[in-house]
Amino acid sequence: MVSAFTRIVASHHALVHINVDGVDCVAPAGEPLATSLLAAGYVMLRHSPNRHNPRGAFCLMGVCQECAIHVDGQIVQACMTPVRAGMVVQLRGAV
Amino acid sequence: MVSPHCHFDVLVLGGGPAGMVSAITASQNGLRVGLIDEQSEAGGQIWRAPWASSPQGYESPEARDGNKMRDRLALSSVTCLFGRRIWSVTDRYRVDLLGADGVETFQAPHLIVALGAHERVIPFPGWTLPGVMGLAAATIMLKAHGLAPPKDWVLAGVGPLLAAVAAGYARKGHPPKAIIDLSGPSDWFAALPSLASRPGLFKQGVGWVLSIVSSRIPIYFRHAIRRAEGQDRISACLIGPVDADGKSIDGPEVGIACDAMMVGNGLVPGGEVPRLLGADQVYRHELGGWIPECDPFGRTSLEHLYAIGDGAGIRGGAVACIAGKLAGLAAAHDAGRIDAGAFAHQSAQALAEHRKLSAFSDAMAHMIRLRPAQVASIEADAVICRCEDVTRQDLVAAARAGARDVNQLKHFTRCGMGPCQGRMCGDVAAEILAQEHRLDRQAVGYWTARPPLRPISLQSMLGRVDYADIPIPKPAPL
Ligand code: FES
Repeated sequence: MVSAFTRIVASHHALVHINVDGVDCVAPAGEPLATSLLAAGYVMLRHSPNRHNPRGAFCLMGVCQECAIHVDGQIVQACMTPVRAGMVVQLRGAV
Repeated sequence: MVSPHCHFDVLVLGGGPAGMVSAITASQNGLRVGLIDEQSEAGGQIWRAPWASSPQGYESPEARDGNKMRDRLALSSVTCLFGRRIWSVTDRYRVDLLGADGVETFQAPHLIVALGAHERVIPFPGWTLPGVMGLAAATIMLKAHGLAPPKDWVLAGVGPLLAAVAAGYARKGHPPKAIIDLSGPSDWFAALPSLASRPGLFKQGVGWVLSIVSSRIPIYFRHAIRRAEGQDRISACLIGPVDADGKSIDGPEVGIACDAMMVGNGLVPGGEVPRLLGADQVYRHELGGWIPECDPFGRTSLEHLYAIGDGAGIRGGAVACIAGKLAGLAAAHDAGRIDAGAFAHQSAQALAEHRKLSAFSDAMAHMIRLRPAQVASIEADAVICRCEDVTRQDLVAAARAGARDVNQLKHFTRCGMGPCQGRMCGDVAAEILAQEHRLDRQAVGYWTARPPLRPISLQSMLGRVDYADIPIPKPAPL
């Protein structure tokens, strides 16, 4: 993907498969999902509920709630959710 | 419903420098301590534990200090309760948590709150676009996860974090395309003398400057982002000059194509817990905003409630460590574990160190202070409240329609009512309201804090609830 966020440190964590909107991706197990999504080229995560503007992770520390997306059917903060093998991620928020 | 675990003398909320040191100090002085943090490891943001690489792999001084303190914590008798979100704190002092195993409740007679700060970003049109992120987020990507923004990224904002992030990424071969610095060289020089007391930091600062200069990153001093553009992601930004107060002024604007932007304008103390408990608050512009009123040991107006670290006023990591020591000693003293003589003796050195560091922490806090003139320059169509998409013009309209304090503003516009609970917009929204009415910040107030402190699902909050567990209060006497 063009102009993705790039990994600059070789991770010593095991890579696992997750599913993002039907696409198979690999990510280090235990990494915050928001980080894995950035590295996989998913910068936009959802739309704002009122004006439907595109949004992505902003604070990466659990404050802004911009990364609140569906994981295994529940809305979670992607920056606070560690990657697990087989996770099913949907890039949409409350709407 | 589970009854609270009561086997601690003191609970410490927040595992950053202030929380770690206070927990260790209190435990060394005979208190049984529970240390609670949302992350899976202690360190907070400044000492955030490296995740991607092995802990030894990262070379910054903060990483070394953080590892040292994590080692001390591991050797202490502090019980670490990590990976748990605090969703409620109530009287004397009951703390409700949500972790991987569901809800848990702890209760202790003493509570030390060290929950840190969050970032202030002065809004501009387009700051909600994906790819625009906070400076603190950039440091997390750099320090903890080894992730670099795409090649064409810009760095904007104010303060030492700007230099730290620029230098950090430059050294990894990913320098920003441009640095847009709200302050000018004279502001940086003005902060220099205060560095004299901190030779280690001075060296680090010189290292940052060398990295930035040798990477030939263009720096736009006294400039700010005017707007960001893009469809589903930022693709360009427009920058323009500002005066010494941060106010937008006439002058050539420059467009920069970019795929990402990291931007931050300082820190706001995250004082929700003391506020929720009803501790007296005071607005201190030079310390970042609303903070609980505290004595030098972090004692708030409520008995056995202590507030320390950046959440009690922005002073940085070094001061936070000393504040942690002082609060840990005070808790031990107030709980009767050490006598007045030992307390005075042990705290004397920390108090002296605190005074020595204040020149530096004051200078840094001054650099990242809120600039009211910058807020006055925010465009009418800029979104202020990201959660509810409330713009500056919406806030101004509400102020003109009669909203006088921030809680009225919230009811008029829904600003601050979304899932971030006003953490992202509170400081700027209050400033806009105050300016609109020509009032001071004290007069427009702060959001009323309400549980849950973090959005959590009702299901997880209830846990294994049983109707028989619901307490039925005695009817009031007639
Ligand atoms: S990115 Fe802000 S809460 Fe996750």
